[in-house]
Amino acid sequence: MARPVQEINAGSMADIAFLLLIFFLMVTTMDIEAGLQRRLPPMPDENQKVDDIKINRRNILVVRINDADRLFAGGQLLDVSQLKDKAKEFLANPANDENLPEREDKVIEGFGSFAVSKGVISLQNTRGTSYKTYIEVQNELVKAVNELRDEFSLTNFGRVYSALDEDKQRIVREAIPQNISEAEPKDTGRNR
Amino acid sequence: MAKFSNKGKKGVPALSTASLPDIVFMILFFFMVSTSMRQTDRLVTVKVPEASEIAKLERKDLAAYIYVGTPVPSMQAQFGTDARIQLNDSFKTVNDIRDFIAAERETKSEVDRQFMTVSIKADENVRMGIITDIKQELRRTSALRIMYNARKAEKNN
Repeated sequence: MARPVQEINAGSMADIAFLLLIFFLMVTTMDIEAGLQRRLPPMPDENQKVDDIKINRRNILVVRINDADRLFAGGQLLDVSQLKDKAKEFLANPANDENLPEREDKVIEGFGSFAVSKGVISLQNTRGTSYKTYIEVQNELVKAVNELRDEFSLTNFGRVYSALDEDKQRIVREAIPQNISEAEPKDTGRNR
Repeated sequence: MAKFSNKGKKGVPALSTASLPDIVFMILFFFMVSTSMRQTDRLVTVKVPEASEIAKLERKDLAAYIYVGTPVPSMQAQFGTDARIQLNDSFKTVNDIRDFIAAERETKSEVDRQFMTVSIKADENVRMGIITDIKQELRRTSALRIMYNARKAEKNN
C-alpha cells in the first residue's frame, strides 16, 4: 500500500494526439466561401401598374448570351476577352460621346461634384446558355467596374480601391456605381 | 526510434521526443479550430466555375446553400444525369425553394435575417435555365442577396 505511485508513461500521448490530428485532417474542409455577389431586383407587384421607366437608349448596353454561348454586346458579336474594354468604354465615356451614356453631375458627400455615368449594363441570357459562360461574362463586367474604380481611386486618392478606408470606398462606389442589371428572363431559346 | 551506435567517445545524446506531443497538440488544436465539418452529404457533383473578381462571403453563418449539378454516380440510376437541385439532404424541385428559404430564415436571428445570402453552388456545366428558375423563385420569396459561388482563378491581364 505504501508503494509510491508509478509515473504514467506519457510516451504514447504523441500517438494519441497524432490519431486525433489525422482524424481532423481528414474531416476538415477549408473551402472558402467566395463568389460573385449580386442583388436581385425585387419581384414587381402584379397589382401594381408597371411604371415605365424610360431609359434612354444610349444609356443601356445590352449584353446577350445565346444558346451557343456566343456573346453580343450592343448588337455586336464579341469575344469574352473584348467585353471588358467595351464595358469600360461604355461606363466611362471620357470623351462625352453622343452614343455613349449621359453623365449626370451629382454631389457626393465628402467629395464634391462628379459626373456620374447613367449607364446600365443589361445582361440577358437564354435558358440554354451554359453557367460557365454566364459567370465568365459576369466576371468580365465586374472586372470592368473594378478597374474603373481603381483608376478613379488612383487619380483622386493615390491608392487602389481596396487600400482605401471605408468612407473613401463609399465615395468611389457612388462615383462609379455597379449598374449591372439581370433582365427579366425571356422565353427565348429552347427549353432544356 | 533506433539508437545510433556511439562510435565516438562522447556520443551524440539521444534526441528528446518529450516535446513532440506538444507540437502535435498544437497542430491538432489548429485543425480543430479551423475545421468546419461538412453538414450535408453532397448528392450532386459540383465544380464551381472560375472567376477572378470574387469577393469573400463575410458572414458564413448567414448563408443558405443551393446546390445544382448532376447527381453523383451512385444516385444516377435513380435520378438520372440531368442537373438537379439539392437543398439540405435531398433532391428538390424549384417549387421547394420557397419552403427552404422560409426554414432557413427561421434559423437566423431576427436582426440578421435581412443579411441572409443565398449561395448558389452550381456546376459549371449546368444550363442557365435551371439557374434562372431558381433566381425567379428567390425573387418571389424576396431573398434578394445571392452569391454565385466561384473559385479563384489567376488574373490574366
